Amino acid sequence: MKVVGLVAVNVFKESVRDKVLYSIIAFAILLIASSLLIGNLTAGQDIKIIKDLGLASISIFGLLIAIFIGIGLVWKEVEKRSIYTLLPKPMRRQDFLLGKYCGLVLTLVINISIMTAAFYVVLAFMKQFEPANISVTAAAPATDPAMLKAVVLIVLELMLVTAIAVFFSTFSSPFLSALLTAGLWVAGHFNADLRNFGAVVRSPTLAHVTRAIYYVLPNFAAFDIKSQVVHAQAVPVSYLGVTFAYGLAYIVFVLTGAAMIFSRRDFK
Amino acid sequence: MRTRTAIVVMILLAAAVVGLQAVEDRARTMLLPEGQAADILYIQSPEMLKRASLSYTALIADLYWIRAVQYYGGTRLSTGPKNYALLYPLLDLTTSVDPLFDIAYRFGAIFLAEDFPGGAGRPDLAIALLQKGLRAQPGKWQFGEDIGFVYYWWKRDYTTAADWFTRAGDMPNAPEWLKPLAAVTLARGGNRASSRTLWTEIVRNAELDWLRKQGEVRLKQLDALDGIDIVQGYVQRYRDRTGVFPTTWDDMVRARIIRGVPRDPTGVPFRLDPSTGSVTLDPASSLNPLPTVTEQPH
Repeated sequence: MKVVGLVAVNVFKESVRDKVLYSIIAFAILLIASSLLIGNLTAGQDIKIIKDLGLASISIFGLLIAIFIGIGLVWKEVEKRSIYTLLPKPMRRQDFLLGKYCGLVLTLVINISIMTAAFYVVLAFMKQFEPANISVTAAAPATDPAMLKAVVLIVLELMLVTAIAVFFSTFSSPFLSALLTAGLWVAGHFNADLRNFGAVVRSPTLAHVTRAIYYVLPNFAAFDIKSQVVHAQAVPVSYLGVTFAYGLAYIVFVLTGAAMIFSRRDFK
Repeated sequence: MRTRTAIVVMILLAAAVVGLQAVEDRARTMLLPEGQAADILYIQSPEMLKRASLSYTALIADLYWIRAVQYYGGTRLSTGPKNYALLYPLLDLTTSVDPLFDIAYRFGAIFLAEDFPGGAGRPDLAIALLQKGLRAQPGKWQFGEDIGFVYYWWKRDYTTAADWFTRAGDMPNAPEWLKPLAAVTLARGGNRASSRTLWTEIVRNAELDWLRKQGEVRLKQLDALDGIDIVQGYVQRYRDRTGVFPTTWDDMVRARIIRGVPRDPTGVPFRLDPSTGSVTLDPASSLNPLPTVTEQPH
């Protein structure tokens, strides 16, 4: 476990050195500039749009970090040949891989925490300029804490994306890994269509196959509750619990597969 | 030294780029024929847009809403021929991608219902949009009220308007004034009293300054109509007394029928036609054109 922690901290330090946290500045600039512009572009709904934009930006920035750093976690060690000095050390390969994964997740969590804080600051600032008659009729207060539920599920979604990126990076090139991870992420949003595909095809076999793919593919749409929290719709704790359990189970499943491949991989 | 030279060269090049851009702009307007910027909606299928949005449906809906607002504003303010053909498709896409986007239904309906060229002049589409909103959120009394308003103000169908005010009044959390409004609308049709009630409530409950200002203008128009009726009565009194219509307001002041030049609620003097004696708004008044709302005896 100590090895996992050491590797994770190193990954985090490396990401700081690689200026990954600069994404927070980009996020802050985007959000502040948008909040200044949106009032002139739309008839009301400024805060609703900032909420949508903020949550979408947290998700997109996180997704880019998860994919493009996740795919390089193992590949970079191989490319720099540092893997040859690391593997003879007294640590299991799976611990090394888990450490890499945890390091990137730590980077993501810190990144998203700061972005979320900046998001709430911008919303609190905008709230000052919102006329009382509008804030009374808004579906939810500007700094609604319920939005944190969406942020938590974004983190979980990104943890799964990171696990998938790490999985692909254990056996393929960074370009292919990025392509496969992004492809799986997109496909994971069309899951509902796969589930309903059986209703529009005549072949029962095809219907069963698409149904099976539906269950096997990660259901990324399940992690998306951004619209619900912005519209102040109730998101039951039971839903969060089930989604959390699903996400964690899938992450463990993917990381186990990644560890198996990485343990057997011949680096000679 | 080398760095300093590079910086100087970069500054010069940046200045050249800016200068050449300005020259290019001028050359384009002088040398090239004016191109037609066609209004094109690349994605027309709400289902397609919803799928392509992945998990960013709300953000995509915002973008389409901003586009709808800009399209409406741009068309309304344009000096050339106006065409609102894309307004409904844009609002339809917005509300299909985010069915809970209340403002898109409510303000979208205003944009659609407003008489051409100030709006699309399509109250039928405004009603269709609001009914779509009611299908997405069946208990939203505001949509019912808005449908009633479109029937009342733009379609002048007071029976259907009253029906919708009643239906809206039966919805959860509906304000108490909706049902009396339905009764007034049914009893007196489109008279000024019911119009005033409706617009007063809109001003009181407006979620946007823009909408409140619209309501305030409508109330001033109703006041102007009242004012015209009163002044018209004075003009008739002058004629009864002198046998002719007054040629100017001063004639009536001298006859001690009025104390000064009568003005509309914005302070612009009313216009008097000496040949017919009719009193109207001055063309310079911002309250033009006045709505056709009848005054019925109570």
